Amino acid sequence: MTNHWIDIKNANCILIMGSNCAEHHPVSMKWVLRAKDNGAKLIHVDPKFSRTSARCDVHVPIRSGSDIAFLGGMINYILEKKLYQEEYVKNYTNASVVVGPDYDFVDGVFSGLNRETRTYDKKAWAFSKGNDGMLVVDDEWKNPRCVINLLRKHYSRYTLKNVSDVTGIPEKTIIEVYDDFCATGKPDKAGTIMYALGWTQHTNGVQIIRTSSIIQLLLGNIGVAGGGINALRGEPNVQGSTDHALLYDSLPGYLPMLRAQFQTLDAYLKGCTPNKELPNSVNWKSNNPKYMVSLLKGWFGDAATPENDFGYSWLPKLEPTGNTSYYSVIDRAYKDKMRGGFVFGVNPCQSFPNTHKVRACLDHLDWMVCGEVHNSETSDNWHRPGADPSKIKTEVFLLPSAHRIEKEGTISNSGRWLQWFDKAVEPAGEARDFGNMIVPLINKIRDLYRKENGVLPEPILNLYWPKEFKAEEWTKRINGQYWKDVTVGGTMHKRGEQVDKFADLAQDGSTSSLNWLYCGSYTEAGGNKSKNRDKSQTPAQAKLGLYPKWSWCWPVNRRVLYNRASVDTHGKPWNPNLPVIEWDGSKWKDGMDVIDGGGAPVADREKGRLPFIMCADGLGHLYGPGRADGPFPEHYEPVETPLKAHPFSKQLSSPVYLSYDSDLDKLAAPGDPKYPIVLTTYSMTEHWCGGGETRNTPNLLEAEPQLYVEMSEELAAIKGIKNGDGVIVESIRGKVEAIAMVTVRLKPFTIMGRTVHLIGMPFAFGWLTPKCGDSTNRLTTGVYDPNTTIQEDKACMVDIYKAEKLTEIA
Amino acid sequence: MPKSFLIDTTRCTACRGCQMACKDWHNLPAIETKQTGTHQNPPDLNPCNYKLVRFHEHKTADGRVMWNFFPDQCRHCIHPVCKDVADMAVPGAIIQDEATGAILCTEKSAQLSPEDAQAVIEACPYNIPRLDPVTKMLTKCDMCFDRVSNGLLPMCVKSCPTGTMLFGERSEILAEAKKRLAKIKKTFPKAFLADQRDVNVIFLLAEEKEHYYEYAAF
Repeated sequence: MTNHWIDIKNANCILIMGSNCAEHHPVSMKWVLRAKDNGAKLIHVDPKFSRTSARCDVHVPIRSGSDIAFLGGMINYILEKKLYQEEYVKNYTNASVVVGPDYDFVDGVFSGLNRETRTYDKKAWAFSKGNDGMLVVDDEWKNPRCVINLLRKHYSRYTLKNVSDVTGIPEKTIIEVYDDFCATGKPDKAGTIMYALGWTQHTNGVQIIRTSSIIQLLLGNIGVAGGGINALRGEPNVQGSTDHALLYDSLPGYLPMLRAQFQTLDAYLKGCTPNKELPNSVNWKSNNPKYMVSLLKGWFGDAATPENDFGYSWLPKLEPTGNTSYYSVIDRAYKDKMRGGFVFGVNPCQSFPNTHKVRACLDHLDWMVCGEVHNSETSDNWHRPGADPSKIKTEVFLLPSAHRIEKEGTISNSGRWLQWFDKAVEPAGEARDFGNMIVPLINKIRDLYRKENGVLPEPILNLYWPKEFKAEEWTKRINGQYWKDVTVGGTMHKRGEQVDKFADLAQDGSTSSLNWLYCGSYTEAGGNKSKNRDKSQTPAQAKLGLYPKWSWCWPVNRRVLYNRASVDTHGKPWNPNLPVIEWDGSKWKDGMDVIDGGGAPVADREKGRLPFIMCADGLGHLYGPGRADGPFPEHYEPVETPLKAHPFSKQLSSPVYLSYDSDLDKLAAPGDPKYPIVLTTYSMTEHWCGGGETRNTPNLLEAEPQLYVEMSEELAAIKGIKNGDGVIVESIRGKVEAIAMVTVRLKPFTIMGRTVHLIGMPFAFGWLTPKCGDSTNRLTTGVYDPNTTIQEDKACMVDIYKAEKLTEIA
Repeated sequence: MPKSFLIDTTRCTACRGCQMACKDWHNLPAIETKQTGTHQNPPDLNPCNYKLVRFHEHKTADGRVMWNFFPDQCRHCIHPVCKDVADMAVPGAIIQDEATGAILCTEKSAQLSPEDAQAVIEACPYNIPRLDPVTKMLTKCDMCFDRVSNGLLPMCVKSCPTGTMLFGERSEILAEAKKRLAKIKKTFPKAFLADQRDVNVIFLLAEEKEHYYEYAAF
């Protein structure tokens, strides 16, 4: 989230799209309804009328996979009707920046595409630069190559008719939604966007979110109270685990991954530290060397010295385009390129797409360790229906895991708040939390290395590693510590003291921090700030719903990211009724939010600082040349689609989506008449993710006992299916049994002049719970977003028919 | 003045936190259910579920989808018919607590003959009490009498994240209910407070009762 949960109440309009927040983030509705009480309009754009839609003013059914068409149409509408907040766009976004001569876009494809490797050469999209190395800017917007003009041209194809044809939303409804949301383009109005996996799980998921950020920048909605782009995370601690590099392509604090082209620390720091691109840019990432060296110190402690590059050379490097995501691991296992591995906190045999491949791939392993609270479809894969355990070689170790109430530690919520939780009870039986599995395991490996002189011992034996696991010790280490006595800004710090803030982290090896973003969360003066529970606030904060002394939030307890954009170039709040920060003529006022980046407002040519401090140019990116699949979001169909063509270009699906080539990676051709129905998949309130925990909670299973498929009355009539009938849903990859839920909440779409039906299924039910059904993901496609390798769970093509008898459900 | 609930269905998201919290607090075991083509499960109130969120969907004349949620429970009537009927057979089988207005089935309800128990059930205008086949007692929502007597909120109210459910002094709850009704009538002109004069569990409904549940109002 750029903002935080409570701040949702400050919105004048809430666009919920790619999220079913009432069902998946139930408590969010407290703040959504608070906004509604204050007169906000609530809009839910989603294929299905859900419990969220029930509370919104408007529900707009959209065909799954057409989000960029809908949002791109809004961009076009904003530009055509001049609904953007001009001063914001001119001063705070890259609208005026001139794009270099190599950028082009022809019939759905950007310049720089290599069709063989299915990758773009992003150099083709670079900005023009002057002799001073700074970007070329045209404040008059006369240069046809400046971003605003390229943006206009790009989205001119996103006419109401084209949008309507592809999304299935009538033009009149589209206009109503655009008008409602774009009304927040006024300086004193704010609109927020709430999204979740409904946006991310597409082959163009990142670009859907990019489209929303373009809209929010045009409307001046980033940085302000009640604005922002709010990714809804949840109990799995997605925010915290991502901050700490859960994903394969980043290091903690979103530092770039170590790659083969960076063989030395020097090469890494040079390659991963951007230069300032405009004079008034803060270019925060120029601090990357301090953060990286502090991270290495955090890993290797005293063993990390300037002489040995702080241990950089001991670490493995990924190939320049190497991908070690979940799905490449699955593919490698299936192709016998792996012997074993650990599975913690995830149930791939239930929750990963194209589950038949996942289940088959694990049979190829010699060994597997699974850490789980309950047995899962993964830990017990060798007993799955149809498998003969005696013929499968894999040795499985199941480590009983502590439940979350049996452990202590921190969780980072969606609003980036770091909150401590206590242990309620001791773990049952032999169960342990992950820390008490990993720390002793590494110590055992270290012993073996010492005894047996293992190869490449440095990264193992030089680790700064404790004898036993204590959660709070890691909270301290994540913040960071001094490794020698130093004086910073006149203050003396002793070795072993906690570092006060990330501005004090150093490149010389005097400090460590396991994650620079969290530096400041556990200090000498403030202690463990994740335990802060003080509700006091200033009147200005009370108006905002901002509680600076409750928990602690990264970065530096700033509750609204990019809050410098909430004021005009002189530092006056766009919305005087809800100021987040304010310049009093000589300094930023106290008692509000923590200012993003320091310095003076932009109007001060010398000391002024641009608001988007994480970008090298300090601007919000309407044109974003950093993504794998293009600087502007473009509508592409899901890989499995009912269409053979769409009106935006000749490029049907993304030219660079990721996929694998095994015999189990089958895909239906576009418009395949055997699979004419769109399937979308989702979660629900009563079950959590793949259901591994909640299916073992009898009261929840009572409320949602078995797999269902939601379908329209119209489709049910065509297929001769009645409510409550057992049915088979079939894709080219497999068949799944479900109970038909025939409902007015789904309706057929008119797409490109013909009727397209859409059905929806949850993915929470698996064979290990008797009689409840089995993985819906046996139907979904193994195709992925090229930026994140997130799967396209939200749209694939199926058929549905009445089952003669059910074997998975009883 | 007794205690009252407001159940403002225009805020309900059917998260079923109340349904779960009620089961948890009362230590009621899960029962085996099946998917029959609706999210409403268990299908009805039963001796293991004193609180049940009912789901009802329909399309309005102008094609708008309405999905209504009705967190059903005992209304703790001001003049409880169930008590009157029970008293005729076994005095004290159902009692009314003076301080809170809670209507409670006691252990004596096990002494009701099957016919008398059935008469009590049928007398309820809201179709609430159920007979526990094991204990032979009548069962239903007890207003979390143990919690309320100790100054705590009923568990369902405590668990509600959206402000659908409020609990407090009847006069205050009624005032809040009327305030909310006045506001909601601007968007739903047919909105009403179901049987507000007769019950201590006041439902704010946006549409006619048949769009929620047959027994949503008397």
